[in-house]
Amino acid sequence: MSALGRETFVPDPRLAGAFVTVSLVALFGGVVTGLLQALTLAGVHIPAHFLVQSYYHSLSLHGVLNALVWTTFFICGFGPFLASRALATPLHHGLGWATFWVMMAGLVLAAIPLVANAATVMFTFYPPLKAPWAFYVGLTLVVVGTWMVTLDLVLTWRRWRATHPDARTPLAAFMSLVTFAMWTIASAGLAAEMLFLLIPWSLGLVSGTDALLARTLFWFTGHPIVYFWLLPAYISWYTLVPRQAGGKLFSDPLARTSFILFLVLSTPLGFHHQYTDPGIHQGWKLVHAFLTFAVFFPSLLTFFNVTASLESGARARGGKGWVAWFGKLPWGDPSLAAQVLAMILFTFGGIGGLINASYNLNLVVHNTAWIPGHLHLTVGTAVTLSFMGITYWLVPWLCGRALWSRRLALAQVWLWFVSMAIFSNALHRLGVMGAPRRTMLNAAPYLQPSWKPLLALVGIGGALLFVSALLYFLNLLLTLVASRAPAPDLPAFAEAMSGADHAPIVLDRWRPWLALALVLIVIAYGPTLVRLALTTSLQSPGYRVW
Amino acid sequence: MKPEPRPGPSTIYLYELAWILPSIAIPVGMLVALTVTAFGAGIHLPGVGGRINPQAVAQTPPFNETGVVQTAPGRYEVRMTAQIWAFAPNEIRVPAGSRIRFRATSKDVVHGLYIPGADLNVMLLPGQIADAEARFDTPGEYAVICHEYCGIAHHTMAGKIIVEPRP
Repeated sequence: MSALGRETFVPDPRLAGAFVTVSLVALFGGVVTGLLQALTLAGVHIPAHFLVQSYYHSLSLHGVLNALVWTTFFICGFGPFLASRALATPLHHGLGWATFWVMMAGLVLAAIPLVANAATVMFTFYPPLKAPWAFYVGLTLVVVGTWMVTLDLVLTWRRWRATHPDARTPLAAFMSLVTFAMWTIASAGLAAEMLFLLIPWSLGLVSGTDALLARTLFWFTGHPIVYFWLLPAYISWYTLVPRQAGGKLFSDPLARTSFILFLVLSTPLGFHHQYTDPGIHQGWKLVHAFLTFAVFFPSLLTFFNVTASLESGARARGGKGWVAWFGKLPWGDPSLAAQVLAMILFTFGGIGGLINASYNLNLVVHNTAWIPGHLHLTVGTAVTLSFMGITYWLVPWLCGRALWSRRLALAQVWLWFVSMAIFSNALHRLGVMGAPRRTMLNAAPYLQPSWKPLLALVGIGGALLFVSALLYFLNLLLTLVASRAPAPDLPAFAEAMSGADHAPIVLDRWRPWLALALVLIVIAYGPTLVRLALTTSLQSPGYRVW
Repeated sequence: MKPEPRPGPSTIYLYELAWILPSIAIPVGMLVALTVTAFGAGIHLPGVGGRINPQAVAQTPPFNETGVVQTAPGRYEVRMTAQIWAFAPNEIRVPAGSRIRFRATSKDVVHGLYIPGADLNVMLLPGQIADAEARFDTPGEYAVICHEYCGIAHHTMAGKIIVEPRP
């Protein structure tokens, strides 16, 4: 391939466009149901059977559409798109489309019972709540699709490697590969839960299931899935945002190090979601607490590296001082503003996450409104607002037209930031005051008078978030139908001050890190999973109680 | 405006190191703090409390007789079952300063046992016996809340603990 080929290579826009379109439709459904949740909590009466059949039906739709579908479909479009661009190598055309249709088939299959209120089991679907088989099979097909993306990435990377035997893997491609490799390992838990417990049970092939075994397999995947959502945002923060800010990536080797650590450490720590579960030894819970704090380390590396990169941009634009440079970032660029604001709220999400992970403090917050407060800072902002920022360049490029209005986009991202701060702060405080999560609090007998002003703030924050989302969709829609100016070029990858050549060569090896990841999983999960698998009898029948 | 000079590789290495060391020290320090406070203050997470057939809870001791049993002066044991959408017992009276050990399980789906004022927080899984303790020093009424989604009337699933002042 000629040197020129690298610069002129353009990845296939149609495949990425297909994935992103589905993800945006899901996000729209998710924000509509989210509005219903927030208004209900604030005491606004939503007439029965208005769009949804109950608070919990709406909540299940909200969780599945936003946390599972919006994220996964966006990532399966964006990750390979960026990797293909970084490697200047096309993805496997047939495999890419086969992946899309497998995931679509899964999505439709899962959506039928979900929309019909037959799978009102939340996005965590803890048995013995029992959904129809189509829900479980559909979600499993979506996971199978993500494995096909991994395969596509590996094949594409190998084709690139064949012509570049000595080059370092470009950072964006390296990070996409790490993200999907991590996810493929981590999703084994969910796959086992589906294949060995939920699917046979929902098909009537076995008569019972077990809550603890299912939860343990679920959380094997359930914590790393947040890194699967988050790492693609990090990829943008590391490889594109520094240049969007007018600067350079501070350190490529440190960026690679943090991603390798995410590959190794993301999975063996799921018990921190099960601290309050009976049936798991406290000793193993403490081991998982330690490993959870270990994964804080690559997050701190990311915080430093991304901030230093932003600072290089702001200083190149004339920024001065220790803190004042922050104001010199190109705040007029909605894509950059969205992602920097996402980072700011994510700082609070990270601190809250440490509290959740703290073995003993967790007792104060587990399953309270604090948890959705946390999740909306992480998935709802760090991930979602970053993805929105990415779509502000990606969607115009995909449809070949400039963004309809940058000012509207700026208003939208600031509104999201402010509304989410209100919404999430209120949920955190409600949690500390004793309000449980996933509960129609306004109708609960234990509703406290002191909760009511905060529930009103949840309603106001949620309504403002909905307005922000409407502005977002309006802008994208008008870009598609009303924008006349041609789309700007794709943002170029950031150069690094300390480049890939400074990284130890071992960071470009796969086998030692994959082996280390598997060893840690076997140590952290092996004894408990073997004990549960050997001693559990599947005695719980299914319940449909909604 | 003239851009400021950019740092060279060796300066970058120093910056990296200056950040990496505290980035290791901070989580390690937090872990030490949480380990000391957890074990120093005697905060225990639920552990392995034993298995039970969720379809035979009503016939399996101690859940064949749910209720409150005094085990020692100032100490009580509550044998509790959860099912959609109620706790049994759903009202418990103890004098202030009591220590209650809860032994609880679910007869159907996953429930939770959450008492905000006492920081009692444990999942009730069908098939597992949960074992958790809390102290009730301040007189008053404590809400007992199911904090895991358990169906359409989940928000109505609650009980109470009435802590009576000592005479």
